[in-house]
Amino acid sequence: MVPVNYYIILSAILFTIGVVGVLTHRNALIIFMSIELMLNAANLAFVAFGSVIRSFSGQIFVFFVIAVAAAEVAVGLALIVEIFKSKRSIDVDQMSSLKG
Amino acid sequence: MLAQLLFFFLAVVAIAAAIGMIASRNPVTSALWLILNLFCVAGLYLTMNAEFIGVVQVVVYAGAIMVLFLFVIMLLGAESLPAADVLPWQKPLAAVLAIALAVESTVIFLTRARPVGTVTQPDESVNTVTNLRALGETLFTDYLLPFEVTSILLLVAMLGAIVLVRKEKRVH
Repeated sequence: MVPVNYYIILSAILFTIGVVGVLTHRNALIIFMSIELMLNAANLAFVAFGSVIRSFSGQIFVFFVIAVAAAEVAVGLALIVEIFKSKRSIDVDQMSSLKG
Repeated sequence: MLAQLLFFFLAVVAIAAAIGMIASRNPVTSALWLILNLFCVAGLYLTMNAEFIGVVQVVVYAGAIMVLFLFVIMLLGAESLPAADVLPWQKPLAAVLAIALAVESTVIFLTRARPVGTVTQPDESVNTVTNLRALGETLFTDYLLPFEVTSILLLVAMLGAIVLVRKEKRVH
């Protein structure tokens, strides 16, 4: 019998690691992968709580989150490829053309 | 006993893979660490009696999304950016603050804001239908509208990705 707060603590730790990845990296692809890690951590919390209340709502929401994440990754990677074509770099520190 | 052992093993490997993902220099290695993390979380879904979500995670998340990531990483050259940091104190400070946040959330979820309950073990499911059938019944009756809207969302994402990389034809 695993109490549910172990799963929630694991979800919180994974989410924190994802946040660190987003904040410290300059490679746009690593930032994107850290966002996927954060989504993954949230999915874990969804399924854990849905399993506690013996309902399928958590798993259905995770289904939709995975579908939306797939769509977001497709469009996001297309954007990154386009940016690379014009700037020859994926360093987010160099994406400062809009800076005043 | 076995359930707790399995949970701790999968949890430790998941956390190690996540730390490996943000700490590695090579983007390809980061993607592979993330794939290991996704497999561990899929194993955790299986311990929670959510077998459809576990398999969907492996097939869609680790099998399609991460492969797409690897394609783009290979396309863009898998370059490791030079470690010329503008703010050299940023990474240690981020690590310290992240450890503080993780410890704080762990303590809070262990003592104060304890969610009460245990997750459904795979041997105590009370329904006689499989998880997939029950999930499908709920999805296509109660959540039919979000399902259809998600299909439109995927269509829009496909169109967006195609339009973004299309070469503009100059019209004279």
